[in-house]
Amino acid sequence: MTTHTSTAARGGGDSSAPARRLRQPPRRSSGLPDWVVPYALLLPGLLVIAALLLYPLYQMIDMSFHKVGLAQIKTTNPRPAEFVGFDNYTHIFESDLFWPSLRNTFAFAAVTVALTLLVGTLVGLLLNKLGKKMSTFVIVGIMAAWATPPTAQAIVWKWLFDSDAGVVNWALNLLPDWLSELVFGRSDWSGEPWFNDTLTLYFVLIVAVVWASFPFIAVSVLAGLKSIPSELYEAARVDGSRAFTTFRKITFPLLKPVFSVLMVLSIIWDFKVFTQLYLLAGGTVNREAFNLSLWSYAEAFSSPPKMGLGAAIAVVLTGILLVITFVYVRQIVKTEDVR
Amino acid sequence: MNDGLTRKKFGRVALNGAGIVVFLFAVFPVYWMVATAFKPNDQIFTTRFNPIPSPPSLDHISRVFTKGVAGHSIWQYLLNSAIVAVVTVVIGAVFALLAATAVARFRFRFRTSFLILLLIVQMVPAEALLISLFTMVKRLGMYDQLIGLVVINVGLTLPFSVWMLRTFVAAVPKELEEASWIDGASRFTTFWRVLFPLVAPGLVATSIFSFITTWNEFAYALTLINDQGKYTMPVALQFFVGQRSTDWGGIMAASTLMTIPVLIFFLLVQRRMVSGLVAGAVKG
Repeated sequence: MTTHTSTAARGGGDSSAPARRLRQPPRRSSGLPDWVVPYALLLPGLLVIAALLLYPLYQMIDMSFHKVGLAQIKTTNPRPAEFVGFDNYTHIFESDLFWPSLRNTFAFAAVTVALTLLVGTLVGLLLNKLGKKMSTFVIVGIMAAWATPPTAQAIVWKWLFDSDAGVVNWALNLLPDWLSELVFGRSDWSGEPWFNDTLTLYFVLIVAVVWASFPFIAVSVLAGLKSIPSELYEAARVDGSRAFTTFRKITFPLLKPVFSVLMVLSIIWDFKVFTQLYLLAGGTVNREAFNLSLWSYAEAFSSPPKMGLGAAIAVVLTGILLVITFVYVRQIVKTEDVR
Repeated sequence: MNDGLTRKKFGRVALNGAGIVVFLFAVFPVYWMVATAFKPNDQIFTTRFNPIPSPPSLDHISRVFTKGVAGHSIWQYLLNSAIVAVVTVVIGAVFALLAATAVARFRFRFRTSFLILLLIVQMVPAEALLISLFTMVKRLGMYDQLIGLVVINVGLTLPFSVWMLRTFVAAVPKELEEASWIDGASRFTTFWRVLFPLVAPGLVATSIFSFITTWNEFAYALTLINDQGKYTMPVALQFFVGQRSTDWGGIMAASTLMTIPVLIFFLLVQRRMVSGLVAGAVKG
């Protein structure tokens, strides 16, 4: 959208309407020359972004080509870092942790993004169908899941899936034996350790993250649905359209911009998941469970610290994310949203 | 006729039933956190299912305040978290408001470039910058100090705050400011007396968003603070997890206390937050 600022665009200039009064006030009591004002307003923010985001970004790339250890980061007399070229990168690509953590990162993001969008959209559609009281009730409920801080999320789900006193194992034991045998091939769940195996650990992680992130999708989809004029649905009903067709032909196309934003946001959030994984996996002891964020952290902050190596992993992660989200940034720029 | 009516009724029941299932799925873990916090230990460490703490006990809640964890009362960690979050929000709000006014109210060279820059830096994962910001904070002598966390969090929350706030500034009709100019008010007076009061609700919403982000922040608080007395809540929580066993009652009590402020803020701004996130991201 474009906000018109020139007087010409607002009815002066070449239009037949009488020219508006000049925007310039007749007397300016104080101040800087006009052209300086926006830059002056922008300066503090720009400095913060440059110092805390752009410079570290540059430094991260720089570090990834150096060997940075304890001697380089100590506060008194740090030694200069040794340039090692692409050594850090060859090291990570040849490491036996590279493929597992890349696989964990991608598989987790793919499954979680898909599930979050699916559950979120279904709940959004449901909220739109429910009566006013019922939908407020459900919205307040899902708000509780959404508001839970990531650390508390991880801790609560770890508790629910606790091997001895967890509710999940208790509930699975309630299933009739034949059913449990049929579905899972076992009937006794007492003491089942969910966090020892990478696959079940990630299963719990997916459940926890989907639980915490579907409310945002649902409420956003609901807001989008509310903005669709009801005449369109009436017309569809008159034409005898079935529910699914109506969704595919009316709802989905109109909500497409909302969906694409939600998808990109979910990808960004799920690709780099750190807090919940760190807590569920119990820190950096379980190397099989690493994703790229956790691996980078583990290399840089366990002893001896290998900061250069950690930075190289962070560069790979950032690169992947920027490539994925590039399309989205271009789309926003194209649709003149930044003009 | 009668058939259609029962079918309609059945549909209504099914929808409401689905609503209740969603509600339970969302609320149960939170309920379980609170319930565990109020259970005495013999109802926690058991394979039996105790849906309701009976009788409810305040042991864990009072214990996390008096005895605390890692040598300090939970007050200390709540206070540290609050200091970091509040200072971050105040500094961030000033910077964000200035920058948002610049991009929403003025046309200037590099305006589009600045907005694209904002978009791109939001795509960079905060966790990726952990290593370089750690070395930077250390070099500046801000390691192990709350001010270091404040500085980092201002940086992490600013791009989104500007992005969200500019829509609120743009929504204020320009004519109001023009009228004030014509009446001879200075630039500052116009900003302070006309624009600011109208943008204030948006500023509150944006600030609450930054507050929650900072309050919840874990990775930087974990790496930049070493002194246990300076831990923030998210980091302090993990010290309830012992080598052999976890103090589930204590950790749930602490988690509940940490969640309460966020939940209150959420309910206050939920509507704005959604429109801010989505509209801020889709439309200008």
